[in-house]
Amino acid sequence: MTVSVPPSAETGGGAWQPSAREAERRRYRRSRTVRSVLIASASTLVVIAAVTLAVVSSPGWPRVRRTFFNPEKARDALPAVLDGLWLNIRILLIASVMIAVLGLTLALMRTLRGPVFFPLRAFATAYTDIFRGLPLLLVIFLLGFGVPALRLDGLPQDMVVWGGLAIVLSYSAYVAEVFRAGIESVHPSQRAAARSLGLTHAQTMRHVVLPQAVRRVMPPLLNDFVSLMKDSGLIAVLGVVDAIRAAQIETAIDFNFTPYVVAGALFVCLTVPTTRIADYYARKKGWYGPGTLL
Amino acid sequence: MSLLQVEGLRKTFGDVVVLDDFSLSVERGQCVVLIGPSGCGKSTALRCINLLERVDDGVITLAGTDITDPRVNADRVRARMGIVFQAYNLFPHLSVADNITLAPVRVHKTPRADARRKALEMLDRVGLADKADARPDALSGGQQQRVAIARAMVNNPELLLLDEVTSALDPELVGDVLDLLVSLRRDGMTMVLATHEMAFARDVADRVCFLDGGRVREDGTPAEVLESPTQERTRRFLARIRERRPIDAE
Ligand SMILES: Nc1ncnc2c1ncn2[C@@H]1O[C@H](COP(=O)(O)OP(=O)(O)O)[C@@H](O)[C@H]1O
Ligand SMILES: [Mg+2]
Repeated sequence: MTVSVPPSAETGGGAWQPSAREAERRRYRRSRTVRSVLIASASTLVVIAAVTLAVVSSPGWPRVRRTFFNPEKARDALPAVLDGLWLNIRILLIASVMIAVLGLTLALMRTLRGPVFFPLRAFATAYTDIFRGLPLLLVIFLLGFGVPALRLDGLPQDMVVWGGLAIVLSYSAYVAEVFRAGIESVHPSQRAAARSLGLTHAQTMRHVVLPQAVRRVMPPLLNDFVSLMKDSGLIAVLGVVDAIRAAQIETAIDFNFTPYVVAGALFVCLTVPTTRIADYYARKKGWYGPGTLL
Repeated sequence: MSLLQVEGLRKTFGDVVVLDDFSLSVERGQCVVLIGPSGCGKSTALRCINLLERVDDGVITLAGTDITDPRVNADRVRARMGIVFQAYNLFPHLSVADNITLAPVRVHKTPRADARRKALEMLDRVGLADKADARPDALSGGQQQRVAIARAMVNNPELLLLDEVTSALDPELVGDVLDLLVSLRRDGMTMVLATHEMAFARDVADRVCFLDGGRVREDGTPAEVLESPTQERTRRFLARIRERRPIDAE
């Protein structure tokens, strides 16, 4: 028996309406979603309320509130902390560009094949090993106090420059490894396909491998970016006044720790939107793969 | 009662309506072949049946149960079916045997030794007994596809879905895979295949369905659909296929 549908039945698009069955399925799914959201919200609220109650009703709370959450103190400290934060932001912006370039260069050096490139490969490997191993604070001291002590002419005297450079050198080592992991995660068949078209090694990297690799390592790169934001404050040991150092100065006046809380809140206010925006952008561009039901 | 009954299936991706009022019923032990131009929605239909996609409308019943009902446990439904993909989709980090034993051990809670024994039997059946401990990368396409079929078959599925399982293979490897399908068919396996292998459709299938514009346009025995199609678009499609590769050599 041959069943055939007359071509006139081919209406397809236009005003499609879900069937009663489908409408019921959607209602059910929606009710499940609503239920999960309600349960999640309710349990979150209960936990928050319980923690808040436990803290607020504790015997030491009035004292803690005065020393950590003092509104007047917060208002007084805000301008100085904001001033410091501006320095963090500038270091962050300049350093992150330099770190990205240096990190990527190191990663690419490590992917070079063939004996000719042995010195480059060895250099990149030694560099990452050393700078990942050295504590950041030590690198900052070495560059910030050590280099100026050499009394060479023409070198910048600004501590921000040396501190920033120390951060760049250390972070590049981490970021290089993130990039390398991304590059190596691209399937070899992609390289084969590109080379088969006549693209050179460099062109293959630039147009085929790196675009895929960078997308894949966006989350860990964002991680390093956020951590850089906070570590940029470490150069305070060189006498530079960043947000945390400014808070410390304010605190020293009367041993009220509210300025630290202010600085912490400002850092969170910076990182949360940055990561959310980056995540949103990456998802919209489909970098994290299609969202599916599996 | 049919083992599989699809009624009024609709599936869209954004604005693209891929399946629109797609209906199909498959009896236990039947081998049904889906044919149709590239992009007509054969893979999408199989993925919907395997609950890898959420349908926009319509009902799919498996042995009388509505599996599109959001109340059913989709994992348990999928465990009752096997699907074999065009690109094999073997897990590259697992050996051939571990690819096959993954679901028996993790999903069906088969003791590891039993699962391994069964995997080796399955591999023997697909002619790859010596490859149990090889990595998928070390196998040819035809061998990988036979491992994928073994992986799908080891759970004793009630229904086996096959999506153009030979179209990525060298011609001389196609025969091995098709022979395997014929032997599964003889054992009474219920199968739905999307394929361009017209000779296979003619010689092995119980029914051939021609899919176009998101629905089944023609549904009948291989002789009816392939030799005397009632519709112009089926004739055109078959003519194009024949030009490229004569299926009637007599
Ligand atoms: N994940 C997806 N997103 C958007 N469009 C898709 C997706 N999967 C399939 N399609 C579209 O659906 C149509 C049918 O695809 P497919 O089922 O793979 O066809 P076939 O297997 O018959 O060649 C095609 O037009 C394809 O572009
Ligand atoms: Mg397909």
